Amino acid sequence: MTITEIQNEIIDEFSMFEDWMQRYEYMIDLGKSLPLIENQYKTEDNTIKGCQSKVWVHAEMKGSKVVFTADSDAIITKGIIAVLIRVFSNQTPKAIMDSDTNFIDQIGLKEHLSPTRANGLVSMIKQIKMYAIAYQTQVK
Amino acid sequence: MFDIDKIRKDFPILNRTVNGKPLIYFDNAATSQTPQQVIDVIVEYYSNYNANIHRGVHTLSQEATDKYESARHTIQQHFNANKAHEIIFTSGTTHGINLVANGFEALLQQDDELIVSALEHHSNIVPWQMLCERTGASLKVIPMTEEGELQMDVFDALLSDKTKLVFVNHVSNALGTVNPIKTIIDKAHAFGAAVLIDGAQASPHIKVDVQELDVDFYVVSAHKMCGPTGVGALYGKETWLNKLPPYQGGGEMIAEVSFEKTTYADLPHKFEAGTPNICGGIAFAAALDYMNDIGYHAIASYEAELLDYATEKLAAIEGLRIYGTSKQKTAVISFNIGNIHPYDIGTIIDKLGIAVRTGHHCAQPIMEYYKIPGTVRVSFAFYNTQNEIDSFVEAVKRAAIMLA
Repeated sequence: MTITEIQNEIIDEFSMFEDWMQRYEYMIDLGKSLPLIENQYKTEDNTIKGCQSKVWVHAEMKGSKVVFTADSDAIITKGIIAVLIRVFSNQTPKAIMDSDTNFIDQIGLKEHLSPTRANGLVSMIKQIKMYAIAYQTQVK
Repeated sequence: MFDIDKIRKDFPILNRTVNGKPLIYFDNAATSQTPQQVIDVIVEYYSNYNANIHRGVHTLSQEATDKYESARHTIQQHFNANKAHEIIFTSGTTHGINLVANGFEALLQQDDELIVSALEHHSNIVPWQMLCERTGASLKVIPMTEEGELQMDVFDALLSDKTKLVFVNHVSNALGTVNPIKTIIDKAHAFGAAVLIDGAQASPHIKVDVQELDVDFYVVSAHKMCGPTGVGALYGKETWLNKLPPYQGGGEMIAEVSFEKTTYADLPHKFEAGTPNICGGIAFAAALDYMNDIGYHAIASYEAELLDYATEKLAAIEGLRIYGTSKQKTAVISFNIGNIHPYDIGTIIDKLGIAVRTGHHCAQPIMEYYKIPGTVRVSFAFYNTQNEIDSFVEAVKRAAIMLA
């Protein structure tokens, strides 16, 4: 699936929820299915700054695609990063670089984009795109 | 007579909703809310007599100057300072600490020692570390106990003739512990060391008498005590303030300026360079008047009831651990539930209209001591109620179920 297709799928899933409780419960579930980063990659370099909870993201190239794994010590943050990884993992560096993140507004997570929120959603997206840019340079 | 219904009506913000629920504001240790009486003073200032102070010969400037200097007297009386010029207006506690730390650079030598406590906010650690880097003086730490109290026997051992300055908070922002500052001050003085007390967390709950304490410096922020943000006060004994060089240069703080030599103004203006937060200073005094009208005794006993009630309710939640269990506490409870991250609890209960603080509370050494990433911190003010605590406890239980 393309990034846009996956985003639309996620928007559909979230649109079924009537209130924030259900949305958060779903995110917590998603957090539990997060492709976990191996402990050896939980390094300072892979730590995302600007989060109140600890977040690690690791990227590697498998064939022509970037594969992400991650973890966090907070479960809601884990859910947020799980949504991002579902969207961006197993995509080419170019597709990740070219994608937009408007779907976040549409699944009711916009509040997490505010700079006052300490969960670092903005930093996570930035880090994911940075990995893509780095791999794109290697591809060239 | 402490009338909670009447008091709540003074705070317009308490009428608002958050995420469709009535706001329950339990983040008072971060900043307190502002009563209408103080808001009115702010509006009155900008509507009627906004002008720059101390220089103008025109009426508005004189009115603003009178009110600002009268505010200084109100602050002086509140803290029972001996002289009005011992009260320096600052932008807040952090500014006050930096002002003193900067001044001590001229008074320290390489072998000198400074003593800090393990319970400090970063703002009472970092300025001193910077001072140590500049002077070669060293920093010693009074460690804490499991209950969140200072190990006073270690403090005794740390004190020596090399000790030049001791700085401790009156109340810990992360745990609510009330520290034995009178003992600390007396012991430090016996070795000739000066003492700075960070009063940011104590001043909203405890009536402070700087002369009775015999403290050398006491720093506070207006916004913790029903006043506006961006203004605070530094109390300093006249003898110390005269010894310290100015912090910032500029207008207001000079006597005469030439390119050969500038002479500085007398206290308090020596430390008040530039146009100050005039409105903020006046509103700060209005906030003190408001709190004194209610009365610190009434506030303290009401808040103690809230603390006992909430502690009992929270302690009954399975897996909940309270950090900071000193018998001497202000109305602050720091806690975690099992392995649930405090951020998760804060996020869920915010959805229920409840404002708490989560994280390390700018006191990472305390979190390091307990080996935790942070806590959920609830901090009460005299306008909070037991009903709010009931709703909060239900919300925490709900969050714990969701997050388990």
